[in-house]
Amino acid sequence: MPAPPGRDGAPRRRPALGYTLLGPALVMLAILGIALGALLQFSVREFIPGSIQTGGLTDKNFRGVLAPHYLRYIWDTVVLSALTTVFTLAASYPVAYALARTASARVRSLLLILTLAPFFTGAIVRTYAWMLVLGNSFVRWPVKLLFEPEGVLIGLVHFSMPTMILILAAAISHIDPRYERAAASLGARPWRVFWRVTLPLSAPGIVSGSLVVFAWTFSAFPTPELLGGGRVKMIANVVKDLALDAFNWPGSAAFAALALVVTLALLVVTGRILGRHAT
Amino acid sequence: MMGRLVVLALLGYMTLPTVVVIVASFNPTAILSFPPDGLSLRWYENALTYPQFRRAAVNSLIVTAASAGLALPIGTAAALALVRYPVRLPGLWNTMLLSPLVIPGVAAGLGFLILAAALGLLANRIVLVAAHVVLVLPFVVRSVMVSVANLDPMLERAAASLGARPWRVFWRVTLPLLRPGLFAALLFAVIVSVNEFVVSLFVSTRVTEILPVAMFTYVVNYTDPTMAALSTLFIAATFVVVFLADRFLHLSRVFQIEERP
Repeated sequence: MPAPPGRDGAPRRRPALGYTLLGPALVMLAILGIALGALLQFSVREFIPGSIQTGGLTDKNFRGVLAPHYLRYIWDTVVLSALTTVFTLAASYPVAYALARTASARVRSLLLILTLAPFFTGAIVRTYAWMLVLGNSFVRWPVKLLFEPEGVLIGLVHFSMPTMILILAAAISHIDPRYERAAASLGARPWRVFWRVTLPLSAPGIVSGSLVVFAWTFSAFPTPELLGGGRVKMIANVVKDLALDAFNWPGSAAFAALALVVTLALLVVTGRILGRHAT
Repeated sequence: MMGRLVVLALLGYMTLPTVVVIVASFNPTAILSFPPDGLSLRWYENALTYPQFRRAAVNSLIVTAASAGLALPIGTAAALALVRYPVRLPGLWNTMLLSPLVIPGVAAGLGFLILAAALGLLANRIVLVAAHVVLVLPFVVRSVMVSVANLDPMLERAAASLGARPWRVFWRVTLPLLRPGLFAALLFAVIVSVNEFVVSLFVSTRVTEILPVAMFTYVVNYTDPTMAALSTLFIAATFVVVFLADRFLHLSRVFQIEERP
């Protein structure tokens, strides 16, 4: 909120200076915009094998996206993203609840640090760690997990939990505990209080957390790349295969454009929902 | 009681990989076994002397220093503009500044790769730095904006009324008051840049690649615990940073988890 002119007195209060200060950041964003524009442009250009130059306009790349053996990867991406969302939600809610409702500042700090540490550990370290866990050197798993969809799912859920926990904890902590106390004093059992009061009131967090996790998982790369070992592939892995191994940038751009559009669309919906619930 | 067990089990799931990596890093042999037949530091020695890791560590240092060094003033200026100056459509600029957070890594990576090729900068670190600045900017803007919003303009007015010129007010009053926000911004910028992987994979070569990319290549090609040793060093550094951040910045406030008495 800009202060009315003259409020802080200094002669810096000129609108033009505001745009000047904003300028460098906008230049950097423009570079990103140009990069994404180049990506979209390549997605409708013909691939010339053996060259990074492109040919004329074509819809071949997008028809390639819908070719049966690629359609399988898109289907796998949708299924894995949906399952990741459901499992992440179920696994994150108890931790988020504890984080939001604990009376002890020390417990809250500990929970927060445990939640955030993997958030800040790089994707490669985390994914490598899961390769060790899912491989058979430490634990003899009854079923094969590494390089199978189940293993990828376990890694994806782990990857999404910090984000989901933070969104849910913020939502739960904004519920006035007096509602829960009122329900309890009227005779509702703890489970019923949770089921009929806490859970419905945390719905905005559940919806936005789920959408964010689905959107992020939809374009997940390191987890399926390393835990899938080439046997399980999601859209981002196809983007990398086509771009960095086959040097088919136009074909790759079509898949990247698909990931970009789906992710942005989901996050715009999330923004709308959050905007409506913001107080 | 049940609830506590569930939370403990889930925390166990969250920390299990970290524990396994740390245990594996001290494994005496290249083939992992549990329980280990002893302890060894040979993989740490390996990790610290492997030439490609050394080269990548130097690249990481250059790219992170350059991108954090550029993103901090650029983001601070933008945060000041958005909170303090009557620019039109502040909401639009705000959304745009945060947008790099939501662009899929492979889309941004391939976009930067195509752009680099078009400009003849394929093996140049400048593309890597530019990409990192863009990716780090949302964190810087966010952190500094919170600080600017909490800054009392009266303090600056007082300095101005006592005769300080605008630049002097900025250097001697505004910037020192923004120090916690700037520190948080720098912390986020370094953490995000040091760990950035997907976009970096697309826009780097064997000569310019940063540590996460070199680690990825190593994992794909070798299975010995050298990566576990390097990962343990990363994890230790991260824990120290997060612990310090919680101490000095009170993370629950940063993430808007309300504390109730």
